[in-house]
Amino acid sequence: MAILNEEQEMLRDMARGWATNENPITAWRKVRTEKPAEGYSPDVWRTMGEMGWAGIVIPEEFGGSDFGWMSAGLVVEELGKTLTASPMIASTLAASAIVLGGSDEQKQKWLPRLATGEVVGTLAFDEGPRHTGRYSAAVDGGKLSGTKAFVHEAHGATLFVVAAADGLYLVEKGDGVSLSDRKLTDQRSHAEVTFNGAAADKLANGREDLVDQVLDRARILTAAEMLGMAQQVFDVTLDYLKQRVQFNQVLASFQALQHRMADLFGDLAMMRSAVEGGLEALDGGYGIPRAATVAKAEANRVLHTMSREGIQLHGGIGMTDEYDVGFFLKRARVLESSWGSTGYLKNRFAALAGY
Amino acid sequence: MATLAEPQTASADDTFREEVRSFLAENFPPDLKNKGNALASVEGPTQEGPAEKAWREAMGARGWGVPTWPKEYGGGGLTRKQAAILNEEMAKAGAYNPIGGMGVMMFGPTLLEYGSEEQKQEHIPPIARGEIRWCQGYSEPNAGSDLANLQTFAEDKGDHYLVNGQKTWTSGGQWADKCFAIVRTDRSDKHHGISFMLIDMDAPGVEVRPIQMISGMSPFCETFFTDVKVPKENLVGKEGQGWTIGKRLLQHERTNLSGGGSMARMMGSSLADTAKKYVETDDTGAIADKTLRDKIADFEIRWQSFLLTAKRAVEESKAAGGVSEISSVLKKLGTKLGQERAELMIEIQGLQGLGWEGEGFTDSELAGVRAWLFGKATTIYGGSTEIQNNIIAKRVLGMLDHQ
Repeated sequence: MAILNEEQEMLRDMARGWATNENPITAWRKVRTEKPAEGYSPDVWRTMGEMGWAGIVIPEEFGGSDFGWMSAGLVVEELGKTLTASPMIASTLAASAIVLGGSDEQKQKWLPRLATGEVVGTLAFDEGPRHTGRYSAAVDGGKLSGTKAFVHEAHGATLFVVAAADGLYLVEKGDGVSLSDRKLTDQRSHAEVTFNGAAADKLANGREDLVDQVLDRARILTAAEMLGMAQQVFDVTLDYLKQRVQFNQVLASFQALQHRMADLFGDLAMMRSAVEGGLEALDGGYGIPRAATVAKAEANRVLHTMSREGIQLHGGIGMTDEYDVGFFLKRARVLESSWGSTGYLKNRFAALAGY
Repeated sequence: MATLAEPQTASADDTFREEVRSFLAENFPPDLKNKGNALASVEGPTQEGPAEKAWREAMGARGWGVPTWPKEYGGGGLTRKQAAILNEEMAKAGAYNPIGGMGVMMFGPTLLEYGSEEQKQEHIPPIARGEIRWCQGYSEPNAGSDLANLQTFAEDKGDHYLVNGQKTWTSGGQWADKCFAIVRTDRSDKHHGISFMLIDMDAPGVEVRPIQMISGMSPFCETFFTDVKVPKENLVGKEGQGWTIGKRLLQHERTNLSGGGSMARMMGSSLADTAKKYVETDDTGAIADKTLRDKIADFEIRWQSFLLTAKRAVEESKAAGGVSEISSVLKKLGTKLGQERAELMIEIQGLQGLGWEGEGFTDSELAGVRAWLFGKATTIYGGSTEIQNNIIAKRVLGMLDHQ
């Protein structure tokens, strides 16, 4: 665990307390059953907005708290532990795109409402099942056309940050924007979003690599959710091994299982360091592309192993819907495929290092 | 030039930085730039030229080889911040720390915690000046992973102990002046019958035989004790406290053996740079063999995470005021990655990376082969990977033995 300041400790404790007590995994089960149109409970999101979580990376002058990325990561990690369905990550990323590339007018218009959670934003980038970093959506006379596959949190979003061939654009839900459900294994909100001559407002005040800057933030914040998930799978698996009795012994006493848990513990330590390293890079403004690549690649590697071992070490009960561990496996693969698969990230790491 | 607006602490740090810079300019010979520290290595005896000796003595006189150890015992008495500044400036100047070895890494910190005032006065200053080489008398032929099974016996003879038995894998035993050893003082209690004592390697009855390894090197020894007299004042802590003290020392050992420091130096020649010399690249400068390129990136990503983990362990132990509980994790991961890297280096170089001696190979190629073979010891010594797994499972995760 990174060394936190007092403000960050309070935020983390608040998020942990809320997730554990007010929003445990039973809350996700309820969302899954009741299927709200947004894909999450609007009441829960409102509460998160009231706690100021939607505005953590938004400057104070636009209504945010400007607590920084490490702070946002702490909250997201806790939400990952209880699989809280919310647009926290998606909306934070949309806001960060505006912070990085928006004009003053665009910032004034959107950031205060994103900070309270009143407006939900999301990124509409990828055009196929795999993240490629290539976009063909095009804008002609302020009208954007193109199809975006698998947009996270599309159902609750009213503001899309869309990657076009020549940069990022803001598009509001409405005329020329249509959604088609894409129900994935994690049963969260995903949709194909088609833009057909939708009014688009370019984010023209950022750096040339604005798209990559936003993607690096997406990788790091997604990795923070994955960290929470991996930590939770590890913790519940360890608890299970300590109480499950076979051959008149608790499973935790078997060396074969102890060594597997020691391996997973080592992997988890590496993943935590990589994710915290990414968050620190964002706050420090230094070495971000490489740190983001390492964070997401390690998150992919470790959560992949952890989610498989979580099932195996639970035995048959891990296969049941009644037991939570399977939810983590199903969400894990969706996040692994988002913003760069492991292969994509290795390629990017090598390219950044010049080989 | 300092201004009034500058905070007091910053200017104190700046003054210290200036002091370090002028010390380095005055005392560090440019010829030694980017050389390693022979004392810190177990792979050969010290071969110290006049320039190296002068550099060691200059650092030793300041106590800067052990910057945070107390001044009263010959340490630098620096704050963590100042020690960091010292490190930064040394790195900029290409200077190495000439004070090292087991005395610095393992024995010194343990003696500072558990030793008597007299013992600290006697033993710490020579370590701080880099004058004494220590070796570790832990493992025995039947006490490797089951270390507490050791049988070397120290019989109480009133004013001294009479020590008989055999130690093995004594790293650098043939070059050491002194040995910190755990020995049995009571046969009836496996763990509480162990004591921690200091033995002169030139005492009558101490015999050392180097063991030749698969790498062709002999950094390890068998050490035999036959009726060796050890004065009572060389007992550290109380009789029977040796297991506790010995385990504490192992925590320091694990952190150091994880390889964060030495591997970081090795990374000076990156796998990718090596690959560009030995394998084809395409017209963009990328490694043409995509499988190999992928393997290198996969390793480097995990290596970055490991370095971040080592950094985190240091920060956490500073904050907690003790040794981090993830020292076993560092040892386990660092040694595994080190071995992976050596294997990958051979894969990159092909047969050119497997030379044993003679013509057709560069010094660095030959050194790489020996390092690859020697590196197989790293997951065995200092508590094997399997033992680290037991420690993590039991002490960190609370997974208990059969009831």
